[in-house]
Amino acid sequence: MDLIGKRVRIEAKGRQFEGIVMPSPTKTFVLKLDNGYNVGFKDYKLLEVIEEEMIPPSLPPLMHKEGLPNVKIISTGGTIASKVDYRTGAVTSQFTAEEIAAEVPELMEVCNVDAMLLYNILSENMKPKQWIELANEIYKSIKDGYEGIIITHGTDTMAYTSSAVSFMLSTPVPIAFVGAQRSSDRPSSDAAMNLVCAAKTVTSDLGEVVVVMHGSTSDNYCYIHRAVKVRKNHTSRRDAFQSVNCKPIGKVDYFGSIEWISDRVRRNERELKLMDKLEEKVVLIKFFPGLKPDILDYYFDKGYRGFVLEGTGLGHVSTDWLDTIRRISNESLIVMTSQCLWGRVCDRVYDTGRYLLEAGVVEGEDMLPEVALIKVMWLLANYELEEAKKLVKVNLVGEINPTSDYDRCLF
Amino acid sequence: MDQIDYDSLGLMVGIEIHQQLDTKHKLFCYCPTSHRDVEESNFEFFRYLRLKRSEMGEEDRAAKEEVERSKKFIYKFYDTTCLVEADEEPPREINKEALKIAIQIAKMLNMEFVDEVHVMRKIVIDGSNTTGFQRTALVAFDGDLDGVGIATLCVEEEACRKIEDRGDYVVYSLDRLGIPLVEIGTYPDIKSPKQAKEVAAKLGMILRSTGKVKRGLGTIRQDVNISIKDGARVEIKGVQTLEILDKIVEYEVIRQVNLLKIKDELKKRRALVINEIFDVTSLFKDTKSKILKNKTVKAILLRGFGGLVGKEIQPNRRLGTEFADIAKMFGLGGIFHTDELPAYGITEREVKALKEFVDASEDDAVIIAAGDALRVERALQRIIERAKFCLVGVPEETRKANEDGTTSYLRPLPGAARMYPETDVPPVLLTKELLDVEIPELIVDRAKRYEKLLPKDLAYVIADSEYYKLFEEFADKIQPTVVARVIHSIPAELRKEGFNIEVLDEDKLRMTLEMIEKGEIAKEGAEEVLKIICKNPNANKEEILNVIGKVSNVDDFIQNLVNQKEDLIRERKEHAFKPLMGLVMKEFRGKVDGKIIAEKLKKAIEEKIKGE
Ligand SMILES: [Zn+2]
Repeated sequence: MDLIGKRVRIEAKGRQFEGIVMPSPTKTFVLKLDNGYNVGFKDYKLLEVIEEEMIPPSLPPLMHKEGLPNVKIISTGGTIASKVDYRTGAVTSQFTAEEIAAEVPELMEVCNVDAMLLYNILSENMKPKQWIELANEIYKSIKDGYEGIIITHGTDTMAYTSSAVSFMLSTPVPIAFVGAQRSSDRPSSDAAMNLVCAAKTVTSDLGEVVVVMHGSTSDNYCYIHRAVKVRKNHTSRRDAFQSVNCKPIGKVDYFGSIEWISDRVRRNERELKLMDKLEEKVVLIKFFPGLKPDILDYYFDKGYRGFVLEGTGLGHVSTDWLDTIRRISNESLIVMTSQCLWGRVCDRVYDTGRYLLEAGVVEGEDMLPEVALIKVMWLLANYELEEAKKLVKVNLVGEINPTSDYDRCLF
Repeated sequence: MDQIDYDSLGLMVGIEIHQQLDTKHKLFCYCPTSHRDVEESNFEFFRYLRLKRSEMGEEDRAAKEEVERSKKFIYKFYDTTCLVEADEEPPREINKEALKIAIQIAKMLNMEFVDEVHVMRKIVIDGSNTTGFQRTALVAFDGDLDGVGIATLCVEEEACRKIEDRGDYVVYSLDRLGIPLVEIGTYPDIKSPKQAKEVAAKLGMILRSTGKVKRGLGTIRQDVNISIKDGARVEIKGVQTLEILDKIVEYEVIRQVNLLKIKDELKKRRALVINEIFDVTSLFKDTKSKILKNKTVKAILLRGFGGLVGKEIQPNRRLGTEFADIAKMFGLGGIFHTDELPAYGITEREVKALKEFVDASEDDAVIIAAGDALRVERALQRIIERAKFCLVGVPEETRKANEDGTTSYLRPLPGAARMYPETDVPPVLLTKELLDVEIPELIVDRAKRYEKLLPKDLAYVIADSEYYKLFEEFADKIQPTVVARVIHSIPAELRKEGFNIEVLDEDKLRMTLEMIEKGEIAKEGAEEVLKIICKNPNANKEEILNVIGKVSNVDDFIQNLVNQKEDLIRERKEHAFKPLMGLVMKEFRGKVDGKIIAEKLKKAIEEKIKGE
């Protein structure tokens, strides 16, 4: 009999305990006592299972307010939407507008919310297939007339997904990806503030795909990052997301308004258009001293025709790689990015760089390696190889900055 | 009121002791457990906390009220705190050193252990924990102390230190957050104030016997659960000194008895709390009262409460003070009630207008509060609820201990459903190895041993001293009373004189004792040595001896003196001793033992006489 979630009376250590059986991460029998504590017993005798009436929590129905913009929230899982049913230990997958309204009531002062749970998967388990489905779902929602779209997403691969959507979907309305670095079951979670700031963002005069996350360790403001310029740069901090090689688009005050920091695409500036194909046989290879070029052959033989290299410094790999690169470059798109992340690739400074260019490598400018990967996936699926080789160096959705700022833009 | 019959009142008291442990690291990170000055903070940040549905899906009443006050929490960060305290990094595994100390204490209280320790998150959203919860784990249960049952022993993390509360924001210091604590709760088996104090004292003694707990103000706190028949269970938080524990219990009994009397009186009067908040701002627009001027002023009407709001229920605390406590919780300065008005710059005319406005008669009481409109509204709403409860009896609540033994309202009693598992910290199986810790000698037993060497009172003090090991080390090498003077009496005197005796750590005391043992200083020199160390904590032995003058200098000094004063000695023979002794003592008082000087001087004078 599965006892988890049931109230029981047991005997252990020579006395009786009453409590609710909890799921156990180990093999120990875990009981939640009435004083709130979980305790583990190895030896126990079940005396009684006590029947309890369960009253499911009820939430008030949600009323749409006249005059407020309509926003669609699409959840893909992750800590912002994680909800544990502590009675059974199971992660529940409801993600209704009513629940969001109950958790973050101030959201309802900004917009009317409709919600859908598209996925409930860990962000590291997201795949290009899901990116495509998500892009289609957003496309549909915009067609349905929503004035802004919020995507809740696990933070680990949020930048990949948001980049993929950036390339696939030309959008007239703001699309904000938002997540949480502290899970939403905690009183200190950053989820609510990030969500409120995302709501302010998607109801503003903006027309592109962005990431909205904490701008500092305090609960004071979020930054609006361009999806193709942002990176998760810390494992655990709230302000892990930073715009790399450019300033964020804007700053949203938790209790105030948006301050625009740099140029942005305005609402309705772009037309709604979806090009939802992605080539999955593209690989991102991080070069390190001693890495042999065999790795290129391996992937080439498996049919891969897109290669993004994360080279050293200005964009180098060992000269040992030149022969292999020469051999595969006619049939492949090989893009050089830098593991420095900050700064622009320039293969015309040193001999190695010049040889790499001659061998057929394309400079990835100041693109982030992950963004270059997604861009190549999209280009190879939608364009002929020669066209793709030209477009990879062209700024399409803000992924390449024509000029480099002096300051490091550590926002 | 010393003739209270606690038995017939059905007094039941349970105490809960929180003791900081003196571990190398904090409970869930590798930061030191050291105290810092706020001025040393190198960074600050701020957060808000929000209520989440707790583990069982019920909302916690206490937690909810706090979030309604929507405070901003500012946290002071140091170079001895890390991202774990800032809630910016997951906790590390539980500190095994702390767990072992807890196991040791549980054994001393004859407790039974759980097989596997699970760390929980206990919701606390007053901001004192950056996470919004306190990590806590139940380790042992069902112990006994002189017939009082010990219910549970938990290991938990200490909360932040509160620096200041400005109403709409609170400043906390992160240095204290995460220091390991043991929380020991008794069953409500205690029947009198005196017994409560005794049990707490004994628990404290047991904790200190481990030699692994922190000492000093704020390192141990007592919470007290008190109830009487027809009254209610009240939890009193944060009793910092044992001295007032009996008073706390006594005053709470008095409070509950008085609240019950008020209830009876209100029922007789058919009192009624009007469920309306009146905006009376306009009545005070030209007021002389600084507290009301230019603020939103609102009022509530308590029919039949006239005279009772001003009634004393604890020394210097009236029923109105209970209402004022609530207002303070919402960030207001307090309240005014008509039992105490006119006063505080509020005129008789204003009081009359107020009573007319809300339609109050002589038998009624009107309460007013001023400040930010929303806060005033919420506070008064809560005071209406509290006033209604006056007709029911004593509300169950959590109260804060004041220094004089009285208590102030803090929040409603927390519900049971405040905890859920801390999934970031793996459970710990209590293995044989972990459970295999020795039980230390109790301070009382140690004191018995010392009684052979020291006067009884001093024996206990030294046995309870954190430096008792030094006493054991030196008691057979130097006179035991001298060792006791060095490790206890002299530092205590120096503290009174204003010396910073914090620097007199074990190493410094040992050095001083060794100097006496080796005869480098006289036992009288100890005070001077400790003074020098207090003034210059970095001074080494040579420097100290140079300052103090070496004992061998005494011989030279006496020889010179005797030579200089030859005439005197020749004239007065042995009687020259007294004036000469005065001269030597003038130079060496407190540095060299007077007896030694006297011997040396006598000998030198005798030789001089003989040499004639
Ligand atoms: Zn730390």
